Amino acid sequence: MAKLRGRGMSSMNYPIGMNLGGDPSQALVHSNPSGKFTVSLSSIDLGQGMKSVTRQICAETLGVPVEDVYVDTADSDTGPHCMGSFASRGTHRVGNAVMAAAREARGVMMEAAAEELEVNVADLETDGRGNIHVKGAPHRSISTKDVAIAAQFRQGRTISGRGIFLVPLSAVDPETGEMSPATCYAHACLVAEVEVDDETGEVAMVRMDSAYELGRALNPRLVEQQLVGGAWMGISHALYETPEPYYPDPSHGPRDFVEYLMPGPGDICPHDIAVLERPAPDGPFGGKGPGEMCANPVMPAIANAIFNAVGVRCDELPITPEKVLRAIKAQGGARPQARR
Amino acid sequence: MLELRKDIFADERDDNLKEIGKPTQRQDMLGHVTATSTYFNDHKLQGMLHLKVLRSPHSHARIRRIDLSEAERQPGVRRIIRGADVPHNLNTLLSLINFGKDDEPTLAVDKVRYKGEPIVAVVADSQREAYEALAKIRVDYEPLPSVFDVEEAMKPGAPVVNETYPKNTFTYHDIYDHQKLRFGDVERGFAAADHILEQRYQMSPIEQAHTETNGSIAAPDTNGRYVVYTSTQALFFSLDTCAKILDVPSNTLHFIGGTVGGGFGGKVDTVTEPLSILGAMLTGRPVRYVIEREEEMIYCAPRGAERIFIKDGVARDGRILARQFRCYFDSGAYTRLSSYAVVKCAAHLPGPYTISNVSADVYCVFTNRVPATAMRGFGVTAVDFAIECQMDKLAHLIGMDPMEFRLINAYRDGDMKAHRREAKNTALIECVQVAAEKAKWPLRDELKRMSSRKDGGGARAAVPATPREPILVSRPAGQQRTPYDRPASPPPEPLRPPPLPPLSPPPAAAPSHGAIRFSSVFGGRRR
Amino acid sequence: MAKTPLQFRHNGRDVAIFVDGGMSLLSALRDEVGDHSPKFGCGQGGCGACTVLVDGEPVVSCVTLAETIAGKSIETADGLKTGPELHPLQTAFMDNFAAQCGYCTPGMLMAAKALLEHNPDPSRVEVVEAISGNICRCTGYESIINAVLAAAARRTERRA
Repeated sequence: MAKLRGRGMSSMNYPIGMNLGGDPSQALVHSNPSGKFTVSLSSIDLGQGMKSVTRQICAETLGVPVEDVYVDTADSDTGPHCMGSFASRGTHRVGNAVMAAAREARGVMMEAAAEELEVNVADLETDGRGNIHVKGAPHRSISTKDVAIAAQFRQGRTISGRGIFLVPLSAVDPETGEMSPATCYAHACLVAEVEVDDETGEVAMVRMDSAYELGRALNPRLVEQQLVGGAWMGISHALYETPEPYYPDPSHGPRDFVEYLMPGPGDICPHDIAVLERPAPDGPFGGKGPGEMCANPVMPAIANAIFNAVGVRCDELPITPEKVLRAIKAQGGARPQARR
Repeated sequence: MLELRKDIFADERDDNLKEIGKPTQRQDMLGHVTATSTYFNDHKLQGMLHLKVLRSPHSHARIRRIDLSEAERQPGVRRIIRGADVPHNLNTLLSLINFGKDDEPTLAVDKVRYKGEPIVAVVADSQREAYEALAKIRVDYEPLPSVFDVEEAMKPGAPVVNETYPKNTFTYHDIYDHQKLRFGDVERGFAAADHILEQRYQMSPIEQAHTETNGSIAAPDTNGRYVVYTSTQALFFSLDTCAKILDVPSNTLHFIGGTVGGGFGGKVDTVTEPLSILGAMLTGRPVRYVIEREEEMIYCAPRGAERIFIKDGVARDGRILARQFRCYFDSGAYTRLSSYAVVKCAAHLPGPYTISNVSADVYCVFTNRVPATAMRGFGVTAVDFAIECQMDKLAHLIGMDPMEFRLINAYRDGDMKAHRREAKNTALIECVQVAAEKAKWPLRDELKRMSSRKDGGGARAAVPATPREPILVSRPAGQQRTPYDRPASPPPEPLRPPPLPPLSPPPAAAPSHGAIRFSSVFGGRRR
Repeated sequence: MAKTPLQFRHNGRDVAIFVDGGMSLLSALRDEVGDHSPKFGCGQGGCGACTVLVDGEPVVSCVTLAETIAGKSIETADGLKTGPELHPLQTAFMDNFAAQCGYCTPGMLMAAKALLEHNPDPSRVEVVEAISGNICRCTGYESIINAVLAAAARRTERRA
């Protein structure tokens, strides 16, 4: 006879990269005749922003504006090997490979500039706006465009670089499970507030508050996209979706999106997110990767919030209204717990 | 909506960067809003043919006979492909990294092991004509008993799903049907606990449900090569899988992709590329194979269901003294990637908490359902659901606030993790503190002063004495011993802080077929 | 198979194609007209990735028979720009980062366009209802809702 609210939380970490390592990625970076750079990859952008993040990493490492960098992917004839986009490995593995390639290309660019300006390469710095100048003497400067022309047409240098990043493969002990699964981890804590209808078992999302630690927010808008979208998928996993609603009985599986339920735009709730950054020593600018981390904390937070609201534990996903209602009835009614 | 807490861990960062940290517009955003981003299916090739597959209506059956005579005569049919036409018709995805045994056909020949398993492929002038031809194919099946429950599948006498693994479990290290995790002595931990909590958790399968379905278009290119437009999440992984299945040099194949309408793990399995390429090879024309939505929902690999048992021993002051897991991954009829997820799961346990006694047995089990594959959080999502529900229950049991319970057990820099590696770069405590603050969830001051960088290590850095279990001695005659084989175990040591075990370098043994020891794609391996 | 001639307006141009009986509007647009902007997501009318406007109304083109739109005006995402200038919805989607994989975006834009043509100053609830037939698996919808509201606000500003 009531809609009861409750709050629950969860905390967790997430390993970055393919388990045990052994998952290399490579990148190639080169300049065209006028100082515009292409990053050649075979990495895949699933929507997580692979092309965008690697572009920023390359620009930062080269010391040029992001407008002077373009990421080209994926073609097996021109892009060097990448293990693929999964296991939250993209930012970490591909990002590092791009950094290595960009570092090599930058090295050549700076040597070319040093030759043009007739100084030691150690005396030069990039301004991030397309120029290379002597430290402390910004008027002694040359554009990256002019450096590229000089390098390629007079000096006979190629402003290009190659990079590979590999976490060496770890063995696994058969008796103890001793292994090196990952070199860094992302972290999260999420609080979910739900409203449970004790007559129908339906659970509505009220709000979420969360904190994610991701090493480095390489692009805060892209991070936001992942964390908001991922949390939505977590709600969907927790309360809505499965192709086997009566698992392990495989019958009555949904065949279309009418039967396979997911929350729509009217089912979402406000979500306030804080991002923490504790750089991974081996991450590109410390970056880890939020791609999978972002969905996981929601499911148990919701389950724990349901307990807080009506006093029932739902240990099987998805937590459908039927399961909630059966549990409430088995308990003889809703038992709201102390407000958290 | 999103705030950056730059104040936390500021001393570990140099925030003086130019492009990193900026909210730069995505390189592909203009393409997305102008609908000019090119996905695999946004290619119109002259003379393109369409491929559709016949799928098994039975979850387990022998194939007695396949009659294609009427189908072959249907209008628009260019070629019908059977298992015998596939050059290497048995594969497992992780054979590329030498893990597991080839167990799955591209097209079933004598047996089907899940409802929906592909048996025959029809290549026709249009999708409609392909479907009409499929409807004319006659297959005689002899249905067999099926098993759908992971614990039932492991019982003696259960139907054998996949003859490559006759006990319906993947084999780890040549001798075990599970991956072990052993750290400390859980029985001693349970004996010392004030409360024991034993619970069962179940996650059902979940569809990746990417808005773009799996698919590829393969076409003969110049010089005897084939160009393949693909939705794959892993370009070279798919290319090398196709090179193996089709028995061609890898540079015969030119894969193009990179812009994918959502993946979430559902586009790694390389389901369409081998057949679309084979179709192009056999017809000399471009061939498109796109998975329909109903096929994705019912017949294509979901996230596998997982059943998790957790037993915890907790002290009344909030410390978890021992944690024991038994996890079953439902791999469906074939291995695909579940074998890998089991190991990842074992590595993830017991969660980001410092617990001195941890034990786990994690199984990859075969059942007669659609093979499972990766999905966002692979190997971790279900077990984190189980762990965090368990943490909430434990907190409730001892009357402690759940946030406080996390903080008391949280791992910190320098702690030893259950997979025997030092915890570094940790931040669980700070995430809990910040989330609590955001949610206006009261925390005692003492808890607000905790830090991941303090009070870790020391006694918490020790690898505790871990009782040795008797190692299985029965093995088939002549089976290769792995370098990790050890002689029979000595009696368990008394519980005292042990020195860290010496890390011996791995010998350069050639991995045998089916060995659990991963070797890198390029053959070398370093610790 | 006998083919039927079909003439209609496509993004302001007169087009004439031949379709097979039973061909969907989605297939006709993609394979015969060569407009790849509406996407195949399900073929069941359930996801909205194929959304186009027929005489200003949003339809799921994957379950619309091509022959039924003879003589009508079809608008797709490909026709949103005016010359090189983006439609306000396109600009708003960019500003609000309302796309990740981009696959639902063409359909989403058309559903939003239909809304704003009928209801230039919608409430949030009305935006939600207008896009409820369009599934997005990546964004969680918040940025899309914000983008549509922002586009409406800009147009209202410009008219004021």
